[in-house]
Amino acid sequence: MNQSRSGRARGLAAVGVSAALLLAACGGGGPGGEQVPGTQASASGFNAASTGVVNPSDKKGGTLKFANPGDWDTLDPGETYYAYAWDFARLYGRSLMMFKAAPGKEGNQLVPDLAEGPGEASSDAKTWTYKLRQGVKFEDGTEVTSADVKYAILRSTDKETFPNGPAYWEGILDLPAGYKGPYKSPSANTDSAIETPDKYTIVFHSKAPFAAFDYLTQQPNTMPVPKDKDTGAKYRNTIVSSGPYKFADLQPGKSFNLVRNDQWDPATDPNRKALPDRIEVSLNVNADDIDNRIISGDLDVDIAGTGVQPAALSQVLQDPNLKENADNPLAVRNWYTSINPTVAPLDTIECRKAIMYAMDHTGYQTAYGGQFAGGDLATTILPPNVPGYTAFDLYPSGPDHKGDLEAAKKSLEACGQPNGFETNIAYRAERPKEKATAEAFQQALARVGIKLTLKPYPQGDYFSSYAGNPQYVVKNKLGLALNGWGADWPDGFGFLSQIVDSRVIRPAGGSSNTSVRIPEVDQMLDQALTELDTDKRNQMWGEIDKRVMEEAVIYPGVYSKALLVRSKNATNIFVTDAFGMYDYLGMGAQK
Amino acid sequence: MFAYIVRRLLWAVVLMFVLSVVTFSIFYVVPRLAGASPETLATRYVGRAATEETVHLTAERLGFYDPVPVQYWNWIKGVFTGAEYDYGAGVETCPAPCLGYSFITRQAVWPELLDRAPVTISLVIGASLIWLIAGVSVGVISALRRGTVFDRGAMGVALAGVSLPIFFTGLVGLAFFSYRLNITAPGGQFVPFSENPAMWAYSLLLPWITLSFLFSAQYARLTRAGMLETMSEDYIRTARAKGLPEQKVILKHALRGALTPVVTIFGLDVGLLLGGAVLTEKTFSLNGLGKYGYDAIVTGDLPKILGVTLVAGFFVIIANLIVDLLYGVIDPRVRLE
Repeated sequence: MNQSRSGRARGLAAVGVSAALLLAACGGGGPGGEQVPGTQASASGFNAASTGVVNPSDKKGGTLKFANPGDWDTLDPGETYYAYAWDFARLYGRSLMMFKAAPGKEGNQLVPDLAEGPGEASSDAKTWTYKLRQGVKFEDGTEVTSADVKYAILRSTDKETFPNGPAYWEGILDLPAGYKGPYKSPSANTDSAIETPDKYTIVFHSKAPFAAFDYLTQQPNTMPVPKDKDTGAKYRNTIVSSGPYKFADLQPGKSFNLVRNDQWDPATDPNRKALPDRIEVSLNVNADDIDNRIISGDLDVDIAGTGVQPAALSQVLQDPNLKENADNPLAVRNWYTSINPTVAPLDTIECRKAIMYAMDHTGYQTAYGGQFAGGDLATTILPPNVPGYTAFDLYPSGPDHKGDLEAAKKSLEACGQPNGFETNIAYRAERPKEKATAEAFQQALARVGIKLTLKPYPQGDYFSSYAGNPQYVVKNKLGLALNGWGADWPDGFGFLSQIVDSRVIRPAGGSSNTSVRIPEVDQMLDQALTELDTDKRNQMWGEIDKRVMEEAVIYPGVYSKALLVRSKNATNIFVTDAFGMYDYLGMGAQK
Repeated sequence: MFAYIVRRLLWAVVLMFVLSVVTFSIFYVVPRLAGASPETLATRYVGRAATEETVHLTAERLGFYDPVPVQYWNWIKGVFTGAEYDYGAGVETCPAPCLGYSFITRQAVWPELLDRAPVTISLVIGASLIWLIAGVSVGVISALRRGTVFDRGAMGVALAGVSLPIFFTGLVGLAFFSYRLNITAPGGQFVPFSENPAMWAYSLLLPWITLSFLFSAQYARLTRAGMLETMSEDYIRTARAKGLPEQKVILKHALRGALTPVVTIFGLDVGLLLGGAVLTEKTFSLNGLGKYGYDAIVTGDLPKILGVTLVAGFFVIIANLIVDLLYGVIDPRVRLE
């Protein structure tokens, strides 16, 4: 299709979806849905679920209907790596620790799940001990023991069988040299990394101090796996549940259902209410149709949690009834641009500062979808919903946020480029928002004589071969690279370690950190990990954020947000700051 | 005739082989020619936290370090003799025809294709019958009532049908008929025929109508044009002069002559759609071959892409064979040699 036809096609699609949404919305849909008799609803309204519970209810029963516009990376808790998958996995598995099912900032709190309490640390923060709750059972009635948790963690380190999941344990635990997981190293003694002195005790040994260990143990890969039921890469289709629900009718790539796990004992689980009887999940559903169905009441949740499609966005924002029934939560994500100090003249800090001042910040926001679908203007690396966030703005962009051109020009003079300079800006070709942002940079920086040439690259190997490959960056003068990071969990380490630690930069490429090479910051990161006091540690994350920003190697664009529409059938609807989307654990159903 | 069919089927096997080589080359060779290393190829199939070692292990597991002819040989061997698959905790045997395992989902491709084929076949059979009957009927009537209000209206609607894309009509149809009036099934609600024929038809009614709206327009216009041409032929005048009833003149003589291009197009359309009615399946969230292929392309899942391409090619080849055979039935002047 040529450009004009493709544009017409997109326009028709948008018109079609808008027409469809208009019809769906006209079918009914006041805010809030039915009230459960005898309960008091929290105040509903736009964004109410970000800070409170909409439609609170303890009513058990009913069916929740979820749909996914794509497919899970995998349902195997040892390998899954999507935020929504971690949110959802708590329905069929119990990790040692978990994020509290509570709205807003309270959702960032870690609470013990399979464990009786938080980990007990040695004084050097290298040994962590957890005691398991007794009486927790798998769906087949066998009791969950510390050996099952150990096995779950060890199998997740086999990156040949499970190449997709997070890789924290391999780097942190003191595993024996050459260990390749339980399938390939079945007789290896792994007590140097994980010990299970008895059925209900598990002890971790890390190579280096790691004060934030409870964050590691909230990962789904600590959900127990019975060794005799493990089927390796096929386990994703035969998961043995330890949570309040178990799998039924699993059709890979199509759908699955969760039904009650009759071996789940609520007495061992203070965190879960397990309200609905059944949860039905459809996979690979048309994203626009998902929006239609939620608005019409045929569906409860778009499980991806990344917001409505562009056609529905305008519809929801313009219809007061729909908008009142929508939420706009912050995700744990920052869309930003790397400014590479390895590319001249950006090896001079003042030239980098010129970019920081000259960029039109509102242009960045507009390119990403505006205030509701794009996000809030970012001035720090850490988003506000990450503990440790400190509000500051080192490079004010003027009262209208369109850039401080005077300050930019002064910086250009200071770096010896009074008339500007030329460089290239990389972005992922498949991402229209990144292209729009690159164009916004091009237009904004041209005002002070900085000439940018756009360089699109395929997203599949954007970091491995192009923007994240140090040699390629220098050779091709990629002074700027569109980037973004969503934390694996909302804490300073989870957010910062992969994007500001210079030691993650590899000569062969592949790292999301393309521009931060500050030895002092590396030391600050190490220091923070030895600080067992949570408040002090959080403060240190904030200081690291500021130190990196002082070097002007990252231009924070927007703190990502999404527009979500609430279900008419669901109860206990609230946003968890831990995942930046609706909490799937606490949700109930009216019918 | 028998020899003709056997010859065509043998050619079909050759074509399938060529198709597999071409498809394999496109997805396995071209990236190498563009400078991609085995590690670069493997980065598509690992998570964002993958280390160099993970990338290397994945490249090894997926056979990217083997020369491309070796990779092709391993794949084609699996088609005829089966293959073994290491899933970490054990090894599984994939019986022939083994089209490999998905790089992403780690599922065997052939069973997934078999599972999804009934959805596409159901969609195409139902829609094709509707568009053929509706399109030809409207075309015949339009030709016989040329210039009338019916003719102009029908061709106007035909123009709309051809112009409006499925992702527009489909979504509007869902919103109105499914979610507003609740008279058709919501998206993604396919029920197998073997499970409940009535629900099967109900679940596909709106996709059938939407897909056939697009195609029946073409068939109406084609039939109308063909009818107008054959109605002016001498043999039609002769048939009338001999006193044949008008209905017989139209249906047995005129329409038969006009159907040859319709049959040709029908065979091609059905064959192509059996390979995957991508837009319709995506719009209505039907888990058929088209959606399977689309998802495979988006994720770069090469075994799935290969599998869908071969199945699609097979359907096109068979459809063309059937069309050629039907020529001899429809038009006695045609003899197959």
